[in-house]
Amino acid sequence: MKALIWAALLLGSAWSIPAPALNVFACEPEWGALTRELAGDAVTLDVATSALQDVHQIEAKPSLIAKMRRADLVVCSGAELEAGWLPQLIRQSGNSKVASGPGSFMATDQVVTLDKPSELDRAAGDVHPQGNPHVQLDPYRVLAIAKALAARLAQLDPGNAAVYTQRLADFSTRWQAAIPNWEARAAPLKGRKVVVHHASWVYLLTWLGVEQIGTLEPKPGVPPTSGHLAGLIEITKAQSALAILSAAYQDPKAGEWLAERTGVPALVLPFTVGGDDQAKDLFGLYDATLDRLLGALK
Amino acid sequence: MLRKPLLLLTLLPALAVGAAPSADPRFDALDARIAALEANAQVLRDQAAAAQAEAAAARAELQQMRAEQSQSKVAAVAAPVPAMSASNANGNAFNPAISMILTGQYAHHSLDPENYQRSGFPLVGEGGPGEQGLKLGESEISLSANIDDKFYGQMTLAFGSEDGETEVGIEEAYIDTLALPGGLSLRAGRFFSNIGYLNSHHAHTDAFVDRPLAYQAFVGNQYGDDGVQLRWVAPTDLYVELGGELLRGDNYPSGGADNDGVGVQTAFAHLGGDVGIENSWLAGISVLRSDAVAAEDGFSGEQTLYLADATWKWAPRGNTKDGGVTLRGEYFFDDRDGVYVDAAAPELVQAWRGQRRGAYLEGVYRINRSWDTGYRYDRLWADQDGPQASDHDPVRNSLMLTWRNSEFSLLRLQYSRDEPNADDSDNAIYLQYQATLGAHGAHKF
Repeated sequence: MKALIWAALLLGSAWSIPAPALNVFACEPEWGALTRELAGDAVTLDVATSALQDVHQIEAKPSLIAKMRRADLVVCSGAELEAGWLPQLIRQSGNSKVASGPGSFMATDQVVTLDKPSELDRAAGDVHPQGNPHVQLDPYRVLAIAKALAARLAQLDPGNAAVYTQRLADFSTRWQAAIPNWEARAAPLKGRKVVVHHASWVYLLTWLGVEQIGTLEPKPGVPPTSGHLAGLIEITKAQSALAILSAAYQDPKAGEWLAERTGVPALVLPFTVGGDDQAKDLFGLYDATLDRLLGALK
Repeated sequence: MLRKPLLLLTLLPALAVGAAPSADPRFDALDARIAALEANAQVLRDQAAAAQAEAAAARAELQQMRAEQSQSKVAAVAAPVPAMSASNANGNAFNPAISMILTGQYAHHSLDPENYQRSGFPLVGEGGPGEQGLKLGESEISLSANIDDKFYGQMTLAFGSEDGETEVGIEEAYIDTLALPGGLSLRAGRFFSNIGYLNSHHAHTDAFVDRPLAYQAFVGNQYGDDGVQLRWVAPTDLYVELGGELLRGDNYPSGGADNDGVGVQTAFAHLGGDVGIENSWLAGISVLRSDAVAAEDGFSGEQTLYLADATWKWAPRGNTKDGGVTLRGEYFFDDRDGVYVDAAAPELVQAWRGQRRGAYLEGVYRINRSWDTGYRYDRLWADQDGPQASDHDPVRNSLMLTWRNSEFSLLRLQYSRDEPNADDSDNAIYLQYQATLGAHGAHKF
């Protein structure tokens, strides 16, 4: 028994000898991409989900527990988006570093959220008390989050602080140069109306001045029903909607059903990095999103 | 625009230098004019430089304004420093997260549950066929919160009815450490043992209305007891969880809290990982050692229970809530060395040495977010001799269909055909509802 304990201790210390780079666990691809922008190869990065997965509904898989076990920093959306799996991953991994404090970075804690419900009642669907968590499609919020994330990386890994500061400056310059271009391109979209699958586009639509006139889901998190969809036909036609938006991970059938009956095109937007071939990084994500939306104008 | 005239002007003096010096007054006049032109050119150059500087300044100002504008837009959406207002600081702000499970069912058994006998496996704990008719299921209230920076606490109270009486029990009440280094965590209190797969899972996360026969027979549905648990998760890509427990030994399969109240020891190992993005797996082996004194099935002595479990989940794109298949199997091996005392005739003491086995295999097909359906095969292997000897091995087949309105509520229909002994069979239909209220739960894989 004693020999076993010594062997375990030796093994344990052998594992801990190399002082590796900061291990970052990103819940969603957009925060993985942002971490890459700000840290380059200075950190080891695990991204828990892909653009083809519904991050509301991830399971606390063993592989994710193993990744969480070695994380020094968790970068997630927060606002209860990951409530069904992140707390379980953290508790099962036994990794107290990322449970709270500097090791836990929630994007929605860094910005003002929209859609905060005035009343909390699950009869209204899967509502998020802290507001809409899908903040990645507002470039100004992304910049605010980038600044806070770079500061957090520098706090946890002071040895590479210069890298994070320099990369943030570089990212900010490129991002700030891109914003006016995006805004100029998107000008014709202003005032147009769209139907969305799930209320996950509020930040994009607010930024672009596009109005949301309906959701395919009768209530947040409740799958589209034929009765509810039929009720959308009239409003979609009457308000001459520009498009019906769904994310790459969502079942396109409901949107296509409505498109067939209204003549309004159903668009699949990448929603996050990796959602299509063009959305390889955050810049590509915005380019691809605008390309798809502008394509519907023609 | 200024470049060309400037170039000409600069060439002019060069031409002038090329001319031979002369006393002609016309040359003097030309000299004077050249000097005047040179002076003029200098003025033009100065003006051009000034204009350029002004343009540069304007450009910088514009850039500054743009940056400021985006800065101010960024500042407008950046979260303000949270200020704890007096209204937030009331006593409720630290209330634990509360979640409630409500469940109930209608059951119809073709074999009267009063006459149900399982060959080789006396009914223990809640491991029987249940009651006929309408019945409240096990409804739970669970409270949980971080206690401080080092501990987390959770308590689950279960409400059930037994023969018309309402019973309240502490199902779980434990604290977990939050700050042990190296992937270690320690749990103390009353909790469900981490052996096998289903044992540590609350019944409301099950895919079927009732637990597999092996769970009913070997751990009385679910083994929970008072004790301590140490877990360690390895820092590897492969998920490796190792751990062990010391438990009081009051509840089935143990009894009597022997060894000065440390009657049960367990050890478990779980491994897991992904195969591509669409497949995940989890497998484990566990062992439970018990020194029982008058356990619920009349056994006193040493018992060792070995468990092996395996789970495989496949889901298109890894979206398990929208489709896919879950396959799970567990195998139990129970080895005993002790005596059997019949509660009805305590003066008769019989030796009980032998092995019994049990297993189940289930497959659940998730059709979409609202519907899933599944099949389960249950089997027990009785002992050939000893006090529980039987030639019949109980077997059961179950089919279920579940409809979910949201992740918080479901209705489930199940049909089971059970052959518990050589003479009887029980066809059972269950209709169950289940609802989760309150804090959004996070479930284990």
